[in-house]
Amino acid sequence: MTSYSEYTEYTVGEPIQDEQAPSGPVNERWDTRRFEAKLVNPANRRKHTIIVVGTGLAGGAAGATLAEQGYHVVQFCYQDSPRRAHSIAAQGGINAAKNYRNDGDSIHRLFYDTVKGGDFRARESNVHRLAQISVEIIDQCVAQGVPFAREYGGLLDTRSFGGVQVSRTFYARGQTGQQLLLGAYQALSRQIAAGNVEMHARTEMLDLIVVDGRARGIVARDLVTGRISTYFADAVVLASGGYGNVFYLSTNAMNSNATAIWRAHRRGAYFANPCFTQIHPTCIPRSGDHQSKLTLMSESLRNDGRIWVPKAKGDTRPPAEIPEDERDYYLERIYPSFGNLVPRDIASRAAKNVCDEGRGVGPGGQGVYLDFADAIARMGRKAVEEKYGNLFDMYERITAENPYEVPMRIYPAIHYTMGGLWVDYDLQTTVPGLFAIGEANFSDHGANRLGASALMQGLADGYFVLPSTINDYLARNPHKDEVDASHPAAVEAVRETEDRLTRLLAVDGDRTPDSFHREIGELVWEFCGMARTDEGLRKALDRLPQIREEFWRRIKVPGTGEEFNQSLEKANRIVDYLELAELMCLDALHRAESCGGHFREESQTPDGEAARRDEEFSYAAAWEFTDTGAAPVLHKEQLTFDYVHPTQRSYA
Amino acid sequence: MKLTLRVWRQKNPDTPGAMATYELDGVSQDMSFLEMLDVLNEELIVKGEEPVAFDHDCREGICGACSLVINGDAHGPERTTTCQLHMRSFRDGDTIDIEPWRASAFPVIKDLVVDRSAFDRVIQAGGFITAPTGSAPEAHATPVPKADADYAFEHAECIGCGACVAACPNGAAMLFTSAKVNHLNVLPQGSPERETRVLDMVAQMDAEGFGGCTLAGECATACPKGIPLFSITAMNKEWLRASRKVKR
Amino acid sequence: MAFGFWQSTLGKKIVMGVTGLIMIGYLCAHLLGNMKIFFGPGEFNAYGHWLRVMGAPVLHHEWGLWIARIVLLAAVILHAVSAYQLSRRDIKARPQKYVHTKPRMSYATRTMRWGGVILGLFIVWHILDLTTGTTHSGGFQEGHPYQNVVDTFSTWYGNVIYIVAMLAMGMHVRHGFWSAAQTLGAGNHTRDRALKAIANALAIVLTAGFISIPVGVMTGVVS
Repeated sequence: MTSYSEYTEYTVGEPIQDEQAPSGPVNERWDTRRFEAKLVNPANRRKHTIIVVGTGLAGGAAGATLAEQGYHVVQFCYQDSPRRAHSIAAQGGINAAKNYRNDGDSIHRLFYDTVKGGDFRARESNVHRLAQISVEIIDQCVAQGVPFAREYGGLLDTRSFGGVQVSRTFYARGQTGQQLLLGAYQALSRQIAAGNVEMHARTEMLDLIVVDGRARGIVARDLVTGRISTYFADAVVLASGGYGNVFYLSTNAMNSNATAIWRAHRRGAYFANPCFTQIHPTCIPRSGDHQSKLTLMSESLRNDGRIWVPKAKGDTRPPAEIPEDERDYYLERIYPSFGNLVPRDIASRAAKNVCDEGRGVGPGGQGVYLDFADAIARMGRKAVEEKYGNLFDMYERITAENPYEVPMRIYPAIHYTMGGLWVDYDLQTTVPGLFAIGEANFSDHGANRLGASALMQGLADGYFVLPSTINDYLARNPHKDEVDASHPAAVEAVRETEDRLTRLLAVDGDRTPDSFHREIGELVWEFCGMARTDEGLRKALDRLPQIREEFWRRIKVPGTGEEFNQSLEKANRIVDYLELAELMCLDALHRAESCGGHFREESQTPDGEAARRDEEFSYAAAWEFTDTGAAPVLHKEQLTFDYVHPTQRSYA
Repeated sequence: MKLTLRVWRQKNPDTPGAMATYELDGVSQDMSFLEMLDVLNEELIVKGEEPVAFDHDCREGICGACSLVINGDAHGPERTTTCQLHMRSFRDGDTIDIEPWRASAFPVIKDLVVDRSAFDRVIQAGGFITAPTGSAPEAHATPVPKADADYAFEHAECIGCGACVAACPNGAAMLFTSAKVNHLNVLPQGSPERETRVLDMVAQMDAEGFGGCTLAGECATACPKGIPLFSITAMNKEWLRASRKVKR
Repeated sequence: MAFGFWQSTLGKKIVMGVTGLIMIGYLCAHLLGNMKIFFGPGEFNAYGHWLRVMGAPVLHHEWGLWIARIVLLAAVILHAVSAYQLSRRDIKARPQKYVHTKPRMSYATRTMRWGGVILGLFIVWHILDLTTGTTHSGGFQEGHPYQNVVDTFSTWYGNVIYIVAMLAMGMHVRHGFWSAAQTLGAGNHTRDRALKAIANALAIVLTAGFISIPVGVMTGVVS
C-alpha cells in the first residue's frame, strides 16, 4: 500500500481536449454541432434505453425530454418522490438574456458576465451555448405553467442579481427553484403516466457498470428492501448534483451525496476542478454542535443591511450596547466603492478573517452582524418588511431573534460546487456513454458561479443540450449485444458493492457515521474552505487517510443490509466523501493560484485580493483515478479565451 | 432540557408497531426537532440499538420530506414543517408523542417513514400541462393577469408533504389535489386540459383510497405553506363544471 | 357519466349538498307552517287540512302532499346512502388511529355523522308519532294535529327526544349549509362571512323556532 504522505504526489498525464465543440465563431458553434450530430430514427428510439440518475432540474428535465423524444428512460432518485430533489431549495431566480427591460442585455453580455464571473476558468463554447439557451428555458417553463412573478400588465417581472448590471433574473417569489423543479417534475410525471419513464424512487445508484469501455448500466440499492439490483441501458446520464456535503455542514440537503459521481470517477470518468467550491456569505450561523445543516438567506439582504463586528476582540456585549465608534463596518472600510455588495467570495473571506481575529459574534464567535437599523431608520420598518419580510420571518423562526430589533448574525457556508465530472461539449464524460449534467459536471461556471445561474445551467443541460447531443452517441454506437446481470462486469460491480456494504455492517465499532462525517467536514472546512494554504492542505491530506483507516476500524452501523437502513446509507456515502475529500485537497494544493472560490493565501495581490496566475493555471484540472490512497493522474485541459479576455477582478 | 419521547417504532410494513419510550437529556432550545432526533439516534447507535427512521432532506422547509405527527399535530404545534420546528416550542420535562402520518393510502415503511407515492400518482393522472420541450411559444405571447399569476403561485407553493392527509379526520387528499388543480387551471396555458385534469386527478385520488372531505378544515390548519381551505371549494367548482361539460 | 358521477367522492358530496339544501328548504317551510300553532287549534288544523288540498283543483286530494313526501323521501335516502358510503370510506382511509388524540380534530365529522344518525332516528319517530300515530302517547286523532302535538309534548320523553333532536338539527344545518356551499363551489374568501352568517342564522332560527313549540306546550301558551 502507498504510504499516506505520498498522497500529495500526482503524475501529469496526457493533456485532454474537448473534441466536440466545432471551431468557428462562438455564436454559431451550437447550431453547427446540432446540425453535425447524427440523429436516431424516431422509430428506433423506443429500442434505446437511457438511465438517468437524479430528478433535480437537470435530471427531471432530461428524463422528461428524452422520453418525449421516444426513448425508454429508466430513472432513479434516492428521495421518496422525484419532486423532492434539492433544486427545490433554490431561492433567488434564473437568469435569461431576454432583454425584456431593454437595458442593454444580450446573449453576448450574459456570456461575458458568466465567463468573467467564473474568473476565466470555464470553456467559452459551453458558456456561450448556455447564454443562448437561457432564452428558450423561460419560454419552456412558462408553457409548463411555472408561476413566475408578473407585473400588473401581465408580463414577466425581472430583478437584478449580484455581479451584473442588467435586470435579467426571472423569479417566483423566493421559491424559484421549487417552481422550476415542479415544472420539470410534472413533465416527468406525464411521461411516467405514459409509460415512457420507468421511475425508481427511494433507489440509490451505488456503482457504474462499464462494459468494453462503455457505460452500460448501474448497480442500485432499493432503500426500502435493501435489495441490490442491476439496470442496463445504452447510455447512462448522471444528474446527481454536487458534492458540497463533503463539508458536513452545507446548504445542501441532508442526503445529497457524491456517491454516483465518485463511483463513476472510480470507473474511469475524470473528475475536474474538485477544489472549486462556492461559499455563500449570508447563511444563518450554527447554533451549537448539534447543527445538522445550514440555511441560506438570500444575498439580496446585503443591498440594505450593513455588516459589522466589534472593533475589540472578545467583545461579548449585546450589539445594542456597542457604541457606533466601537463598531467595525469592515466591508465598507476595506472596499469603499462596493462596500457591503462585494462578490460572494470576497464577502465570505472578509467574514472569516474578522472571526479568525477573535472578533466574531454569537455562539462560538462564528458570525458577523448584518444590521438593518440604518435601513429601518431610512426607509421605515414597513418598507423593510415589504422587501425582506419573508426572510426576516425565516430568520426569526430559526434563531428566535427579531431582526427588526437585533441585528442578524450571518456566516458563510458551502453552497455549490463548480467542480464535477469532466465533460466535453456534448456533456459526455471520459467514459463513452456516460453523460453528466447539471451540478454533477464541471462545465459552465469555471471557478465561481454567478447568482441565478445554477438553475439556468441545470435546465439548459436537461431540456436542451443533452437531448440533442445524446442522439449522436446513440446513433454512432448502436449496441451490438445485450448485457445482462450475468456479464462479468456486472457481476464484479455487484460483488464490490455487496462487499462494501457487508464490510460496513461487520466492523461493529464504536463510532457513528455522523461522527465521522462531522470530523471530515470540520477538517476540509478548516483547510480547504474559504482560504487555503500549502501547509494546511498538506495537513488535511495527512489526516484524511488516518480518518479513513479509523473509519474502517471503528464505524458502527446497526441493523442489516436487507432492510430500510438509514445508517448504512450514510456510512456508505462517507466512504466516498473520504476519497473525494482527498482529491479536493490535492487539487487545491496543486492549484497554487487564487481564482474564484479557490483562494490560496500564498497567491494574493499586495492589497490582499485573489491573484490569478494565468500563465501557469489557465486550465481545467481533470483527474484520473488510479486507486484508493494512490496518486491520481492529472490531465490538463488548456483554456483559451478568444472573446472575453482575462482581467484581474477589482472591487476596491 | 430533559424530555420523554414516546416514538412509534415499527420494523417494517408487515410487523405491527408500538410506541416506545426514550428519555433524552441535554436538549438545547436552539435545536430543530429533527436535530433533537439526531441526538437520540446517535445515542441509540452507540448503545447498539436501531436508530429511529424518519424522512427528512432539505431541512429548510421546502422539500416536503419530513412528516411527523407531534403530540397529535401534523408537523407539531407551530404552523411550519417539522424540520423548521425548534425545541424552544417545548418545555423542560415535556413528554412528546411522535407518530407517523396515518392514512391507508400512506402505509408505514418503517418507524416514522411512510410511503407517499400515492401523491405522485395523483399528479401523474393530470397534474401537468402538456408542453413538450421545444414546443413553447415566446414567453410574452400570452400575458397572464397578475391576480391569476398570484393565485396560481399561492397554490403552487404546495410541497407535497402530506400534512393535509395526516391532519384530516378522514385521511382525505383534497387539499393536495386542489392545490395542483387550481395552480394549473387558472393559467391560460393550463386551460386546454382544464376539464380532464380535474376529473382525472380526482378519480385517481379516490382510487388511491384517500377519504372524502367533510370540510373539517384541519388540512388547511396543518398546511405548512398556508394553502387555503377555499382551494377545495374552487376544485369542487371545477369538478362540477367539468363533469357537466365532459361526456364520458 | 351518471355512474361516474355517483362513483366519485365529489359526486356523492354534491348529491349530499343538493339533497341537504332541499331538506333545509323543507325545514323552513315546515317551521313557518308549525308557527300557526300559536294562533290556536282552528288556524293550525285548517293549515293541516290545506296541506291535503294543496294544489287543488289541478292536483287531486293529497297528491301535492304525496309529491312532497316522495321528493323528501328520495332526498333523505340519497343523503343517507351517500353519507353512509362516504363515512365507511373515510373510516377505511384512516385504519389506524393516532395514539395522541386531539378532540377538536373530529368536531365537524362527529356533528355530521352522529348528528345525522340522531336525525334519521328522530324522523322515523316523528312520523310514527304525528303522521301515522303508531307510537302516539294519547289517543291519536286523525285530522286534529293541534291536539296530537299538545299530547306529544305533554310527556317528558316527547319533549326530551324532540329538543335533543332539534339541537342536533341545528348543529347539522350549521355545518351542513356551509359545507354544501363549499361542495357546490359557491364559497370563497369574500363570500365566506356571509355564508357563515346565513348558516348560523338558519341554524338558530330553525332550532329556536321548532323548540318554541314544546316550550309553548310546557308553559301553557299552547294547550
